Amino acid sequence: MNTTDRTIEALANREYKWGFVTDVAADTIPPGLDEDVIRLISAKKSEPDFMLEWRLRAYRHWSKLERSAGEPKWANVSYPPIDYQKIVYYSAPRREGSGLASLDDVDPKLIETFDKLGIPLAEQKRLAGVAVDAVFDSVSVATTFKEKLAELGIIFCSFSEAVRNHPELVQKYLGSVVPYTDNFYAALNSAVFSDGSFCYIPKGVRCPMELSTYFRINTAGSGQFERTLIVADEGSSVSYLEGCTAPRRDENQLHAAVVELIALEGAQIKYSTVQNWYAGDADGRGGIFNFVTKRGKCAGRRARISWTQVETGSAITWKYPSVILQADDTVGEFYSVALTANRQQADTGTKMIHVGKNTRSTIISKGISAGRGNNTYRGLVKILPRASHARNYTQCDSLLLGDRCGAHTFPYIEVANASSTAEHEASTSKISDEQLFYCKQRGLSGENAVSLIINGFCKEVFKNLPMEFAVEAQKLLGVSLEGSIG
Amino acid sequence: MLEIRSLSAGVAGKAILRNIDLDVRAGEVHAVMGPNGSGKSTLAQVLAGHPAYTVTGGEVRYRGEDLLAMSPERRARAGVFLAFQYPVEIPGVSNATFLKAAVNEVRAERGLEELDAMEFLEVLEQKLKLVEMDRSFLSRPVNEGFSGGEKKRNEILQMAVLEPTLAILDETDSGLDIDALRVVAHGVNRLRRPDKAMILITHYQRILQYLEPDHVHVLFDGRIVRSGSKDLALELERRGYDWIREDLAVAARPA
Ligand SMILES: Nc1ncnc2c1ncn2[C@@H]1O[C@H](COP(=O)(O)OP(=O)(O)OP(=O)(O)O)[C@@H](O)[C@H]1O
Ligand SMILES: [Mg+2]
Repeated sequence: MNTTDRTIEALANREYKWGFVTDVAADTIPPGLDEDVIRLISAKKSEPDFMLEWRLRAYRHWSKLERSAGEPKWANVSYPPIDYQKIVYYSAPRREGSGLASLDDVDPKLIETFDKLGIPLAEQKRLAGVAVDAVFDSVSVATTFKEKLAELGIIFCSFSEAVRNHPELVQKYLGSVVPYTDNFYAALNSAVFSDGSFCYIPKGVRCPMELSTYFRINTAGSGQFERTLIVADEGSSVSYLEGCTAPRRDENQLHAAVVELIALEGAQIKYSTVQNWYAGDADGRGGIFNFVTKRGKCAGRRARISWTQVETGSAITWKYPSVILQADDTVGEFYSVALTANRQQADTGTKMIHVGKNTRSTIISKGISAGRGNNTYRGLVKILPRASHARNYTQCDSLLLGDRCGAHTFPYIEVANASSTAEHEASTSKISDEQLFYCKQRGLSGENAVSLIINGFCKEVFKNLPMEFAVEAQKLLGVSLEGSIG
Repeated sequence: MLEIRSLSAGVAGKAILRNIDLDVRAGEVHAVMGPNGSGKSTLAQVLAGHPAYTVTGGEVRYRGEDLLAMSPERRARAGVFLAFQYPVEIPGVSNATFLKAAVNEVRAERGLEELDAMEFLEVLEQKLKLVEMDRSFLSRPVNEGFSGGEKKRNEILQMAVLEPTLAILDETDSGLDIDALRVVAHGVNRLRRPDKAMILITHYQRILQYLEPDHVHVLFDGRIVRSGSKDLALELERRGYDWIREDLAVAARPA
């Protein structure tokens, strides 16, 4: 093995700092899934009828899928079959009373947990400029800065709260971008989703702070099924961040989320994710199955939706944040860094569906594979006949660390009118011994050299992340690749 | 400062350096000249610790320490700097980021605190002036899209920032235009100190006019075959390498 490979080998054997478990009294239902479980979840959340009805329709659709085709098989990932009857569909930390009136009602252990994760919830310690909805297993435990945002008419709360307090908004937009019939996991999520975040930005309001959700899986054997719904009304704008971690366990855990974004005329939504679920160990034991459906709709003219993701965790990632460019002059963007080390597998990319005229989309994907990681970019650019003068630019770069990992690119491009263009560029590279030696000759350790080179490789994506997040993401890549050599 | 004793080294199974002996004392500037392929860069790379080169014999002491036993990064942190004949590109990493990372590693080794962004920029401003480089180079990716001359100048900028104890400049003068050569030579001269030393690898007399080496060595087929004062460089410029080749042939002929 040459030095590059040795360095990288060591780097790929990463430590996961967020692998601890919180010992907290939980209200956990037995594993298994049927209509009664759905009714139970809905009842626990005191949901209105429309919600239960929708869940049941989704469940029936999912059951049909499960009995016939089963889960989607086209992704370039492999894993043993999932037994959906062995999953716990609801687990919530127990608390006194109901509702989330104040942080004082929240178990101090939970506050401590989020503190440890770098997400302080207590008033005096809060991150300035970032409002956080903290989701622990199946429920949201706290949402910060809610009142301050409410003064501007911004609604930012847990999904459960939104269902209770703003049913008309939920009913209008839920499933409008990702219907429960969309795919297997979207159907499952629609049936059993337990919480998540909701946010509504009223007309003409620019949200003055970053909104964020932090997802934490804790209970063994449970799945996390959350939904996020963001509606940006005409002329409004919002930047939204999502982070996530889970304990280190030998069993796989399922995370099947749905995110729907709706941008009305002239609205802008910027959605950034730093995904750091537990990835499993060096032999591929354990880790989260991250099967997520994320989609945004530019429903009004000149709307703009931008996805930025940094995917470093999960045993398997199956995720295609997409944009439907419904109205004319809308813009969709996708910036992605996906890192797979050890035995991680990622099949990720995006779909840009150009429906309106003069719509524009940009896709920048950076895949990094190390160890025996397997990284697939899968993207669809579809330009419909009516979408005259639509333009897409796609750039897919892969960086291979070592020679036992893989990178694959599957770009699908369908252009159905002559005035539109789709451009695609792709590259695959390695860190050369010369680059590594050059850095070392300037005093950098092999580890720092590799992480510097990787950060350089990801630069075009990182520069689209909000400031604090960019720093976090860079650190995370460093940590993800951190090894035993000093 | 540097004692090279009977150093032999090769690359890819091929012997290149044979029995090199060289002493470099603090405050000295040594020039190493020699025809293409004679092993000059090999010597530089071996001293810097490039893993592709294998040392097959001899030893090297740097400030009393066994240099060959040190990893490349330890050598760098201990003050050994190599200005590459072919500087390497690092896409996406800005020159400033790269320099800051390097400076802080070297400072940590010397027990100094990390420079914060402001302090670092101050240091950089001065050094940029020294090599007359535009600030815009700081935000550009390391060596990417730089012209040949700009890359060389960038090496000297790095040297100026890192303040090495032993600097090895591998043909830094090649590819520089006349003005750039003067600027770089001037910059290098300003970095000369009684406690520092330099090895200049070059093909040309011109840079030596500015830098005035204390010793000149000729490397030929992996051996140092001549050592002398700076006049040796003048002689080479005038006469080329043929006379050395002939001298060697005469010496090799059985008496
Ligand atoms: N990585 C390598 N693989 C194979 N051969 C090599 C390698 N590096 C150097 N060599 C060979 O070793 C010999 C010495 O090369 P070196 O680069 O040290 O010469 P040099 O004196 O620096 O030449 P120049 O003046 O052209 O820069 C040459 O014949 C060269 O082809
Ligand atoms: Mg050379």
